[in-house]
Amino acid sequence: MEFAFWICAILAVVGALGMVFSKKAVHSALFVALTMLNLAVLYAVLEAPFLSMVQVIVYTGAVMMLFLFVLMVVGVDSSDSLTESIKGQRVPALLGGAALGVILVGLLGNVVTYNFGLDSATAAADGNMQGLANLIFNRYLFAFEVTSALLITAAIGAMVLAHREHHTPRPTQRDLAEKRFLSGRHPGSLPAPGIYARHNAVDTPALLPDGTMSALSVPKPLASRGALKAVDIAAGEEVSALSRGEAVITSQSTDQVEG
Amino acid sequence: MSQNLIQAADLSLFGADPLWLVLLKVVAIFVILVLVTLITIIMERKVVSWMQWRVGPNRVGPNGSLQSLMDGIKLALKEEIIPRTADRAVYWLAPVIACVPAFMTWAVIPLGPEVSIFGTTTPLQLTDFPVSVLYVLAIASVGIYGIVLAGWSSGSTYALLGGLRSSAQMISYEIPMGLSFVAVFLYAGSLSTSQIVEAQTQTWYIILLLPSFLIYVTAMVGETNRAPFDLPEAEGELVGGFHTEYSSLKFALFFLAEYINMVTVSAMATTLFLGGWRAPWPFSLWDGANSGWVPMIWFFGKIAAFLFVFIWLRGTLPRLRYDQFMKFGWKFLLPVSIAWILIVAVARAIRNEQALDLQQAVQAYGLPLAGLLVLYWLFEEFRDRRKERLAAESAKTDAVVEFDPFAGGHPVPPMPGQSLPSASANSLPAQES
Repeated sequence: MEFAFWICAILAVVGALGMVFSKKAVHSALFVALTMLNLAVLYAVLEAPFLSMVQVIVYTGAVMMLFLFVLMVVGVDSSDSLTESIKGQRVPALLGGAALGVILVGLLGNVVTYNFGLDSATAAADGNMQGLANLIFNRYLFAFEVTSALLITAAIGAMVLAHREHHTPRPTQRDLAEKRFLSGRHPGSLPAPGIYARHNAVDTPALLPDGTMSALSVPKPLASRGALKAVDIAAGEEVSALSRGEAVITSQSTDQVEG
Repeated sequence: MSQNLIQAADLSLFGADPLWLVLLKVVAIFVILVLVTLITIIMERKVVSWMQWRVGPNRVGPNGSLQSLMDGIKLALKEEIIPRTADRAVYWLAPVIACVPAFMTWAVIPLGPEVSIFGTTTPLQLTDFPVSVLYVLAIASVGIYGIVLAGWSSGSTYALLGGLRSSAQMISYEIPMGLSFVAVFLYAGSLSTSQIVEAQTQTWYIILLLPSFLIYVTAMVGETNRAPFDLPEAEGELVGGFHTEYSSLKFALFFLAEYINMVTVSAMATTLFLGGWRAPWPFSLWDGANSGWVPMIWFFGKIAAFLFVFIWLRGTLPRLRYDQFMKFGWKFLLPVSIAWILIVAVARAIRNEQALDLQQAVQAYGLPLAGLLVLYWLFEEFRDRRKERLAAESAKTDAVVEFDPFAGGHPVPPMPGQSLPSASANSLPAQES
């Protein structure tokens, strides 16, 4: 137990310091996740498995993930500006932090020396989950319900704030498709350029089933520069004839292809 | 409650293994997972090719069966390319974070009953504790970090979009997944995997809790980023999504993690709903079917069936559009699972309090309630549609009304559907004149 404590406690402190000192916001978020995971392990070691798992699922898995989601939108290259926006905050902040540290060390040290872990409480309540459920749904039911009402209010508030009224109905997939076809432009993706043994490139127009060349299949700048390499006309005509069923492949045409 | 006491005693089977046995189990799980991944990949390629009327890999090994092994070796030996814009530390860390949790989950999956290994009697499961299903959820939520960080650290737009999509997607589908477990917990009276299997001795939960099972199966496809929910790596839109910029062994790790996750969610579905390692019906008549090493056959057989469904889905269904996918998760799966939990909880409470028969309880309360819910849902659906239709119609008629810039005597902006009169006509001087 002490072994696990020293590993996890050191890692948790490293995570906390890393969060403060890293320049990129995403690195900070990762360090917080590290701290939270180590706290979860410590909870597990102290015989609070439910709290430990909830810590990971809720804080590491959901809350930090949402933070990360927001931070990622900021982008990979951005780092926070390091200019101090509130003047003269350092000394009060240090003093306040130190005071909080003293209080925490004093109080927690006091608690820890008396009571270490949930072994006895768990044994008395016939298991960690059962004990927790008993407390939450009997003794602290009112507090639990009030908390959940608060959370739901907050969630609804967030939804109301983020809600945007649509003045016009959103175009459905069908509307978009109709608009695309009515515009008169090519409705789908453009045909790919021709891939031939001699011209395996974008500058060779594709041949349509009737043997004509498709102008849509090649980039316009190439066409305006006159840089297109058309398939030779004989082949085009032959394809055209083939598509109409008027010609069959003769030995002569095969020779031409090979030659 | 007395049921819980008995089960709490059962967990004492775990945590008593000698160290060599723990190490043996860890190595065995690792080897099994890597082998299962290789088999799954070759199975996927063969099944998909069978569904598409082609042969599939058929060169390496008998009938192409060593293809995925060879591909793995090739992948590991490829040149590694790291983009210049990548955040190196996180870029390196992401595949590790994706891969390690995938293995860790299997610590609590029960592969079989108690067996004797070199004279030591031990369950075929690394460990178990009172909250092991929550442990699986927790580890899965850590695994998401791998994908999200991979997307972020690559310094590429496609990868970033894939990472964003996957974080939103996996958080959204984790909720119905977690909710589908709740009904199982209510019936098993425990959150430990071995006890949930134990509780299914008589009836599998797929029969008792079919809606939960269907919700879980849907959510597990979304959770593993598999087709038709593979939006984070949608090839047509995002090139490769979160792993666009990854190559060589790091890419292989993502691949490995994805396949292990597939196997893991299948194993969870098996454990929670299909009786875990318990033999299916015709075999369960044989006494030896549920003891010794035999149950591993049933366990892995059930997993293989799930994997086949995964592959079948991939071979059959087109990818969903992102907003449809989100709408499905939040507006359909979530309310349905909450309503179902309500029904199950009421049924359980009635059974606990009044000692009513389950069937009676469902008939008396559950069915009318479910009917009401379905009616309400239909009502909402039709009301929405009617609203949309009316709105579309009114938008069409509104557009006919011409824009009056001084309606009511004040300068006003155009209403929705109206447009400003063309600017060049009155305000800007035309170039020709």
